[in-house]
Amino acid sequence: MNVEELQQIAAQAQEERDKFDYEVNVCMGTSCLSQHSDRIRDAIAKEAESCGKKCHVRRTGCMGPCAAGPMVLVEPAGTQYGHVREGDAKDIVSALGGDPVARLDPRLGSYFEGQHFVVLENVGHIDPEKVDEYVARGGYEALLKVLTEMTPAQVIEQISKSGLRGRGGGGYPTGLKWDTVAKVKGAQKYVICNGDEGDPGAFMDRSVLESDPQRVIEGMAIAAYAIGATKGYVYVRAEYPLAVQRLTVALREARRRGFLGNAICETTFSFDIDIRLGAGAFVCGEETALIASIEGKRGTPRPRPPYPAVSGLWGDPTLINNVETFANVPPIIRHGGEWFSSMGTARSKGTKVFALTGKIQRTGLVEVPMGMTLRQIIFGIGGGVPDGRKFKAVQTGGPSGGCLPEEHLDLSISYDALISAGSMMGSGGMIVMDDTSCMVSVARFFMEFCMTESCGKCVPCRAGTVQMYNLLTKICKGEATRRDLDQLTELCEVVGATSLCGLGQTAPNPVLSTLRYFRHEYLAHIDEKRCPAGVCECSPAVEVHA
Amino acid sequence: MSAESNVRTLTIDGEEISARADQTILEAAREHKLAIPTLCHLDGLSEVGACRMCLVEVKGARRLLPACVTRVEEGMEVTTHNPKIDRYRTMILELFFAERNHICSICVANGNCELQSLALTLGMTHVEIPYQYPQLPVDASHPRFTVDHNRCVLCTRCVRVCSEIEGANTWGVMGRGAQSLVITDLKEPWGESETCTSCGKCVQVCPTGALFEKDRAGSKVRKQPDFLPYLRIMREGEQ
Repeated sequence: MNVEELQQIAAQAQEERDKFDYEVNVCMGTSCLSQHSDRIRDAIAKEAESCGKKCHVRRTGCMGPCAAGPMVLVEPAGTQYGHVREGDAKDIVSALGGDPVARLDPRLGSYFEGQHFVVLENVGHIDPEKVDEYVARGGYEALLKVLTEMTPAQVIEQISKSGLRGRGGGGYPTGLKWDTVAKVKGAQKYVICNGDEGDPGAFMDRSVLESDPQRVIEGMAIAAYAIGATKGYVYVRAEYPLAVQRLTVALREARRRGFLGNAICETTFSFDIDIRLGAGAFVCGEETALIASIEGKRGTPRPRPPYPAVSGLWGDPTLINNVETFANVPPIIRHGGEWFSSMGTARSKGTKVFALTGKIQRTGLVEVPMGMTLRQIIFGIGGGVPDGRKFKAVQTGGPSGGCLPEEHLDLSISYDALISAGSMMGSGGMIVMDDTSCMVSVARFFMEFCMTESCGKCVPCRAGTVQMYNLLTKICKGEATRRDLDQLTELCEVVGATSLCGLGQTAPNPVLSTLRYFRHEYLAHIDEKRCPAGVCECSPAVEVHA
Repeated sequence: MSAESNVRTLTIDGEEISARADQTILEAAREHKLAIPTLCHLDGLSEVGACRMCLVEVKGARRLLPACVTRVEEGMEVTTHNPKIDRYRTMILELFFAERNHICSICVANGNCELQSLALTLGMTHVEIPYQYPQLPVDASHPRFTVDHNRCVLCTRCVRVCSEIEGANTWGVMGRGAQSLVITDLKEPWGESETCTSCGKCVQVCPTGALFEKDRAGSKVRKQPDFLPYLRIMREGEQ
């Protein structure tokens, strides 16, 4: 494969496209597919055939506004339809070239205003199982450029210059990580893509893998070239069957086109990727536990150092990055590190994909430049809280993050700003809560999650989460005293300070952040035996007088 | 490598000491008779850093570090005891006690238990954290030994000794979080285990009364894990 051949594939794909007058893209991400968007696609295809319009009906990945699904995007007009049913096929096809079907208007308002697509640039435009469509949109240009024009050091320099930081939550500078692994001597090195997305309410990685898997593969191949690895693994949860299936097809397609395998693009570089399925343990998102899991052992973390960069998979130097991190790599190489660093804030560059869920008008997947305020995302893009209720808090960072109240809505999103506010970026879940949510119950929910997901290796996390959960339950039931609150605070401190891995260290965060901003709710449960939101059934213990 | 470059000088609790570069803070401290409490650590077995009792403060580090796995470094300033660390350790100890049914007065290992000794050493006078009282099984199917999960602290010493020293790999861990249990084979009764060699090493390394010999109680339960470092050295000499 060389540049000419790549261009030829792109030209062929374009030629295929030019044969048609219209393109009807049907979203077949998990959300829309659960509403039978596959049948909608078939119905539209059948309809188009029978009426003789030159129309290409394509399956695509998640288009973003999941709440309006099943979504259909008609090109070249750029018309979007929402809540499409099988019966709408006829109207959609007959409207091609004419006025759009008014009743199918998804009413997205300002959903796309302020969004900026880097990771999701191909979403809605390509079939995730066709590598040629990815190539037609500039795919694998970056890999070819890296292999033929750049040295590994130059690749790392571009990544460092871009200011890209780990999108899995920690925010470790990606360039620095690559540089560390590149400098470690070792005959065998590995690249691992962490797709063990387990935060409640998060579906960014799943959507990326479902809608544009080639992008992740290309990112991994570039990383492998930069650090000198020949073997890669994608660790993805088995609970994401569609993502696994699309990735499996994508890997096969990439091999067929020679983007994976031996002597890639007629160079000396060889690299291949295998899939490993996670068996449903949240802790396996922690890098050392993930490595243990790939090795076939119990998925428990181990103390670091040694870091995986030095001693990772089977004791060899290993690079682990998140799905979204790898997905950012090809555009950085294509446009240069400076282009990427021109987006975002001083210390958080580029864009971030968020999964907007909870009590919000327009649930869905969004990608915004770093530095946008929470208010813009929740009220601008998301359309605010539905049913005339009042906004109460937004939870970011999953079980490791925290709940931010209204006074923090004007916070610009960046790794550091979120941490100083008592939450964290996390992988990008954003759960909006209105005034019907009880913050003690929310904290209890996340504590229950940490308790059941604790691997049981170190005692502060294993036993501490149980104790904290019990105390929170006691508070919810209106049976707690101020003494219990003190004990809860102390447990938060100890578990956070002494646990072995990130799961335990951050498990107290939902409690600490709700204690910081919603202490009055805790006190109402304790002193007045009353749940301000009316969620908990506070039943004060009946005092028995002898 | 010259002898000099292999030596690291550091201070532990203000005392200046020298250590070999490949030593951990714990090894260096113990060589100089400086006490750091441990539970999952045992001389002769690999480290897991799970009990968190040996956490120490290292100047410049963002978090407390487990002394059992942290290598010494030149100029390191280590604090093994201060009010904060002591408070954390006592609380972790309380978590251990409250987690399962650790009631010393009715335990076979009473007087010979590392968990009990730790409580005494660290001055833990009572457990404020509510006991969980889980209902856990006791497996007495083995002719000589018994495993009482009510007294297990999940230190995994039995798992490690069985794998690393005996090579039988009979012991393992199942479940996760508070539901974790040490098991023999695929949770078969110990007496029916086909891999167990009945060597009894697991019993000797168990810090509490979770693993014990059937005909012994009280003062006779004294465990003798001292054979481990000896065995290690002898085996390494053979290679």
